[in-house]
Amino acid sequence: MSIAARNVSKKFKDFVALDDVCVEAPTGSLTALLGPSGGGKSTLLRVIAGLEQPDSGQVVISGEDKTGLPPQKRGVGFVFQHYAAFKHMTVFENVAFGLKIRKQPRGAINQKVYELLELVQLEGFAGRYPAQLSGGQRQRMALARALAIEPEVLLLDEPFGALDARVRQELRVWLRRLHEEMRVTTILVTHDQEEAMEVSDRIVVMNHGRVEQVGAPQELYEHPASEFVMGFIGPVNRLGQTFIRPHDIEIRLTPNGSTHEATVDHLIYLGFEVRAELTLKDGRNLWAQLRREEAKSLELESGKLVYVSVGHSRVFGRPAEEVHP
Amino acid sequence: MTARISLRVVALGYLALLLVFPVAMVFARTFEKGVGAAWAAVTSPDALHALWLTILVAAISVTANTVFGIVCAIVLVRHRFRGRGLLNAVLDLPLAVSPVVVGLALFILYSRTAPVGGWLAEHGIRVIFSTPGIVLATMFVSLPFVVREVMPVLREIGTEQEQAASTLGASPFQTFWMVTLPAIRQGVAYGVVLTTARAIGEFGAVSVVSGRISGLTETMTVYVQDRFQNFDLVGCYAAAVVLALIAIATLLLTDLFKPKEEQ
Repeated sequence: MSIAARNVSKKFKDFVALDDVCVEAPTGSLTALLGPSGGGKSTLLRVIAGLEQPDSGQVVISGEDKTGLPPQKRGVGFVFQHYAAFKHMTVFENVAFGLKIRKQPRGAINQKVYELLELVQLEGFAGRYPAQLSGGQRQRMALARALAIEPEVLLLDEPFGALDARVRQELRVWLRRLHEEMRVTTILVTHDQEEAMEVSDRIVVMNHGRVEQVGAPQELYEHPASEFVMGFIGPVNRLGQTFIRPHDIEIRLTPNGSTHEATVDHLIYLGFEVRAELTLKDGRNLWAQLRREEAKSLELESGKLVYVSVGHSRVFGRPAEEVHP
Repeated sequence: MTARISLRVVALGYLALLLVFPVAMVFARTFEKGVGAAWAAVTSPDALHALWLTILVAAISVTANTVFGIVCAIVLVRHRFRGRGLLNAVLDLPLAVSPVVVGLALFILYSRTAPVGGWLAEHGIRVIFSTPGIVLATMFVSLPFVVREVMPVLREIGTEQEQAASTLGASPFQTFWMVTLPAIRQGVAYGVVLTTARAIGEFGAVSVVSGRISGLTETMTVYVQDRFQNFDLVGCYAAAVVLALIAIATLLLTDLFKPKEEQ
């Protein structure tokens, strides 16, 4: 049930969508393909599903080379960003589609469809048409439809991309639970680093048709292999060649040997978190992330003079060193 | 307020003057001499034969142009190839060329003295002054409607539903039959209505290739003209009413194809 893409390359005219990409998703894992749009992650997913043919390279699912097979012979479940619901069919008929194609007996189809509708919490909606469902409901229906054929692997192409923030948040939690229950090897494409970190257990960061780094979410956050990964996974301040996470900036009211003078420009209150936008003496800008209590006890306000010290920073291409602004 | 009312008067007056009034006149004239006379006129052997021929020709043309139209629309919308623009332009030819010219072209190609027509005649197939010629002429003039109605619908539904069907195990044919065709059926239905209307109403091209032989190669429209020229006004009007009724029935039939999800 594992998925492997080996040395996959794909060009669209002059645009290189995938450049010798190797990605593996171990059995039972939930792997996120993360990267900016145009980075090649959706193309890779479509190549795995057979919806695109690679110019070169191999797609191996459960140890079998499936590169030359059409999508209908690959045993993959695919969920599209814009649902791809069959508009002229009811929710029941949508979910039953793959089973009907497989000529399953009616009783078995009924049982399976209602089981799945319960799983995706659409029990009461069997007779409705997609147009009568909300976006979140449509996507859950699409997921049930993909799961109905008991796919070896599940491929999700920006599944929550078209939904509003709250529904997206709910569905992420729901998807992770579902995955823990079903353990179908899953690849999720997303451009949202928070989504990737929240849902998946492995992240493949892609950019310009190449894999930048592969690892567990925490690993990527703590040990980014490149400037790009550091900037893409989590917020970052850049001072020359040096990269600093905003929560690694400490604000003090008194100077010590290694602090730098700065002025508070602006404070942004985001509930628990407070963001302080700062200007250093030499005119460069950065921002720091504080807890609400910290900001309160420091009595921060716009225009206040403070001293910052940097805990941990990274310089790519050279070993990590302290920042000297 | 007055502006809105005068707008309505203009719109409705235009429709009344150009559409409703003339058609109503035909209906009125038909039954001027009683229902019996009208009934007798449309049930005369020549009228019945013309009706049967019209329905036969329409059925063949509509079926052929529907199948061709769907295939052609899929090729034009979903495929990229050399000559696509040319094919797209050629499709509108039947709308641009006068039907009389179409009839003449068919006559030149298929008459017994022409190579193609001569060869067919040697094999016992008569095209001109016969049903095959009428069918060819009708197919030609009613060709673009299904293609033109289906193309925008195909473009609008996109390819995602078809891709979803293929990942769910459907073969290309199953995908077409179970996903694409139901999704475009409203466009197809509207195209069929227009094709039917055009096929039933065609006069010019059919008039040239049919030879207007009463009881043999007369379709309803040719029959109407034949009656008109023979001063059989009741027969003429009654046949015209039958033509109009067929058209109205076709329009009503498309209501059956309205998508369920919108009801």
